[in-house]
Amino acid sequence: MPFNIITKKDNVHTILEVRDLVRVFQSGSKTLTVVNHANFEIEKGNSCAIVGPSGSGKTTLLGLCAGLDQPTSGQVILNDTDLTTLSEDERAQIRNRDVGFVFQTFQLIPTLTALENVMVPLELRGEATKTVRERAVSLLNEVGLGDRTHHYPTQLSGGEQQRVAIARAFINEPKILFADEPTGNLDTETGETIERLIFDLNEKQGTTLVVVTHDLELADKCDRIIRIKNGHIETAEVTI
Amino acid sequence: MAWRDSRSNRRKLFLYMAAIIVGVAAQVAITSFRENLNQSINDQAKELLGADLEFERSAPLHPEVQDYIDSIAADQSTALGFASMAYFPSTGTTRLSQITALEGAFPYFGTLETDPVQAASQFQQTNGALVEEPILIQFGLEVGDSVKIGRSTYPIVGALIDVPGQPAAAGFFGPRIYIPKQTIEETGLLQRGSRLEYRTFVQLQPNLDLEIIEERLRELKRTRDFDYDTVEERKEDIGQAITSLSNFLNLIGFVALLLGGIGVASSIFVYIRQKIRTIAVLRCIGASSNQALAIFLVQAFAMGLTGSVMGATLGSVIQLFLPTLVSDFIPVDIDLFLSWTSIGVGIATGVIVSVLFGLFPLLAVKQISPLFTLRSIGIQFGQLLSRTNKVTLVALVSAFITAYAWLMLNDWRPAVFFTIGLYICIGILWLFARVIMWGSRRFAPAGWSYEWRQGLANLYRPNNQTSTLLLTFGLGVTLISSLYLTQDMLLGTIQLGDQDNLPNLALFDIQYDQNDGVNAVLEQNGIKPLQNVPIVTMRLGSINGQRTTQILADTNRTARRWALNREYRSSYRDSLASTERLSEGEWIGSFTYSGTEVVPVSVSEDLMDDLAISVGDTLTWDVQGIPIQSYVASTRLVEWDQPSPNFFVIFPVGVLEPAPQFFATTLNTPNREASIALQQQIVQAYPNVSAIDIGQVIDTIRSFIDKITFVIQFIGLFSIATGLIVLAGSAVSSRYQRVRESVLLRTLGAVRHQVMKIQVIEYVLLGCMAALTGLVLSVGTSYLLGYFFFDIVFTPNVLILATEAAILILLVLLIGSINVRGIHHRTPLEILRSES
Repeated sequence: MPFNIITKKDNVHTILEVRDLVRVFQSGSKTLTVVNHANFEIEKGNSCAIVGPSGSGKTTLLGLCAGLDQPTSGQVILNDTDLTTLSEDERAQIRNRDVGFVFQTFQLIPTLTALENVMVPLELRGEATKTVRERAVSLLNEVGLGDRTHHYPTQLSGGEQQRVAIARAFINEPKILFADEPTGNLDTETGETIERLIFDLNEKQGTTLVVVTHDLELADKCDRIIRIKNGHIETAEVTI
Repeated sequence: MAWRDSRSNRRKLFLYMAAIIVGVAAQVAITSFRENLNQSINDQAKELLGADLEFERSAPLHPEVQDYIDSIAADQSTALGFASMAYFPSTGTTRLSQITALEGAFPYFGTLETDPVQAASQFQQTNGALVEEPILIQFGLEVGDSVKIGRSTYPIVGALIDVPGQPAAAGFFGPRIYIPKQTIEETGLLQRGSRLEYRTFVQLQPNLDLEIIEERLRELKRTRDFDYDTVEERKEDIGQAITSLSNFLNLIGFVALLLGGIGVASSIFVYIRQKIRTIAVLRCIGASSNQALAIFLVQAFAMGLTGSVMGATLGSVIQLFLPTLVSDFIPVDIDLFLSWTSIGVGIATGVIVSVLFGLFPLLAVKQISPLFTLRSIGIQFGQLLSRTNKVTLVALVSAFITAYAWLMLNDWRPAVFFTIGLYICIGILWLFARVIMWGSRRFAPAGWSYEWRQGLANLYRPNNQTSTLLLTFGLGVTLISSLYLTQDMLLGTIQLGDQDNLPNLALFDIQYDQNDGVNAVLEQNGIKPLQNVPIVTMRLGSINGQRTTQILADTNRTARRWALNREYRSSYRDSLASTERLSEGEWIGSFTYSGTEVVPVSVSEDLMDDLAISVGDTLTWDVQGIPIQSYVASTRLVEWDQPSPNFFVIFPVGVLEPAPQFFATTLNTPNREASIALQQQIVQAYPNVSAIDIGQVIDTIRSFIDKITFVIQFIGLFSIATGLIVLAGSAVSSRYQRVRESVLLRTLGAVRHQVMKIQVIEYVLLGCMAALTGLVLSVGTSYLLGYFFFDIVFTPNVLILATEAAILILLVLLIGSINVRGIHHRTPLEILRSES
């Protein structure tokens, strides 16, 4: 493995470490610092909510933590690997192996059926189709969509699409799950079902959970809350 | 609102319009060119003949006809036309040429164009020759060199550039050489058996009524065998030929426009799908379904109109280049001008096609519910159209296509066939698309890698491009490929190769007393003739006792005119040749004839049909004044496409030997140099003997077919261009979805080469399918053409098919690659940002 492995004795329980992270965007002549010298750590198996007002830099921070974007400066160490030293393809391999995603707008591939959407992460690894299919069907059953496996995303309701997205996020048994406003597009009842599913699977698989949300009730269910405003981390508190 | 709504999509809309632009351009280019051509023919009508009247016969005109000509002519010129070898001493080269021995002031209208100019008027006085320019260039000859025709040698006084009424292609099968008629006797070429064409060009006295003259000529023609041509007839003939050709090209161009229509429909379909939310919002805030429809109908109309105007402009420019493509076949100089009628018809057709085809997706707009603002669910446009709407639209489109074809062909029956044929073609292509989609879903092997399965699955998944590609691209490919394969099939039949047992040189017009001498020359050169056959000219006098003139006068006759009228060149031998086989009756190889017996003859199957006779029927032959009675003893199936002397009628040995006859000899020379050397020896020793270099004939035919097919392919290319544009349009429509998909795949851990591989696989597969479909259909078309039309067993040329397939796959891949360009430069975060 060519990745830059960081081994630190006191880091054994840390899955994600953000060090002095900065992300600057250039908009014409204007420079916009969306993430400004952020520092925090998240321990394995924990759940953490990132909260803040619109435009505070939550999604950008999530993207940087998940290796979807490169910071202007600073480090993101995910599962002992410094993502900032890796190429996009190398980060893609890390995402495929260790990371799961759930998005506010579901982000299913519209040309694939529910089952096929769930299978994609493992299929990209080249794993045997039959095993992957069995696992995908079992996950879809777990999220209550056993009878909708061959439906395309447009044939599913919002809540159903998000459940497919959750099944997809967990198929590679990720070490860490990033969720961006997972209930933002759903009604309260469906939102609660989705929350329950995420937390259940999180607990069952021992996955670390990082959730970006406006929903303080959802944030309160997490072990930790990181508050961000204008790119600055204001507090990193532990909920009781 | 229509204008405001189109703001964000104008670049995309231009691509959709491009299909209409190309379609209309093809239409306007062809119809404008036809207008130009017809106008030029009208303007230069008299130059088409070079005279008011032209008479033609294979013997001198009957005195009664000549007397009448003398009574109406202000001036007349006569010419003798025949084929003969021309020998150019300065270079030692020979060429079978079309000789015209001219006497008189022809042409009376237009000019005999020569270089130098005065050569046209002086060659008769100076006993010089005019030789067609290309052959002078080819053989490196100059004015001042000489040409030997028969026994006479003429100084070349000018290069022949243009003859009134004759296209440049007239010289394809032998260069034209003009010599003075007063020298013709000295050439020694006017012997029995020579095929001569006697022509008289007449300038009429002023103020004569052409109708009365024609009436008299028709009357004379009934009893005195001759042909005549008036300016009007020639104009009609040429006009007819041009109309037929341009109608044919126009229909091919129309296919491009219809493909454009399909392109517009599919692009509006995609466009509307992207606009569902807009429409739903408009409906929410109170727009009626008709208002919603009107917004997009206006956009389709504007697209059609803009595209058509741009197409008409492009077409008017293209027509400037069309004359260079067809000038060899057109006997007039083409004056170019803007044809406003063609432009008007082109624009109207373009707009109608855009709106009519656009109506399919547009009518569905009326059914889009305001509820779509609240829920995003899949929409099946097909289900939104009522059955009545669908039937009405299909009927409207069919009526439009038929009406347009009728306008082009002036006959409703072929117009209906054209429409039905088009539907069948589209139906087959659609069926192919369904089979491919079904096949890729059904047989996707589970063991394949994810990239392969995803690429294959993209052929049938929602928003796939399979049907669009196959319909639009497939039709163009079928058209062009059929042309290539048919061309190859036709050339293949005359492809002789270097086989020793096949002739590559033919000598004919060998007189009876020259045959031994010619054979001796061959022997000296170590060449053994493959065949040395006697030929006796004769005419058919009667069939079963009824004179051919009587049969010709019978309006209910089934026998064909040419078969009753022609001069037959028959042979005699005791056995069948290798190029024929007995199909009915008994072959009789020899016969003892004393002048009164009924001789058994063998007739070719096709002539049996054309004379409407059967085995046992009697035929009386006029063998150069001597009647010979015969009966059909057998019929033969003759392979006419073989390069050997073949005959309609074969007599047994023992009958025709004393008749005046000449010989034809076929031989196989070891190489081209030996062939040229032999031709030179023969022509010098026996100037009347003509040699056909079969290799050269093949080259000539190939270049002739190449030129014709190029014109058709040029127009056919418009269909390919439209197909490509429609494909590009459809690809661009799906670009957003593809970008999103690939970013998502990368978010989920796909590396760049995996994403690229999926895209390449999809487009290569699409290209393969389109190529396969188009090529399978074109092989089928060529097979049917060969079977029903040319009577040739078609064998597909694998090299052509493979080349075409490779080009098509690359084209599709190129379009696909252009479409997904830049995808890999976007970071996965963009998808999050754009959605949050």
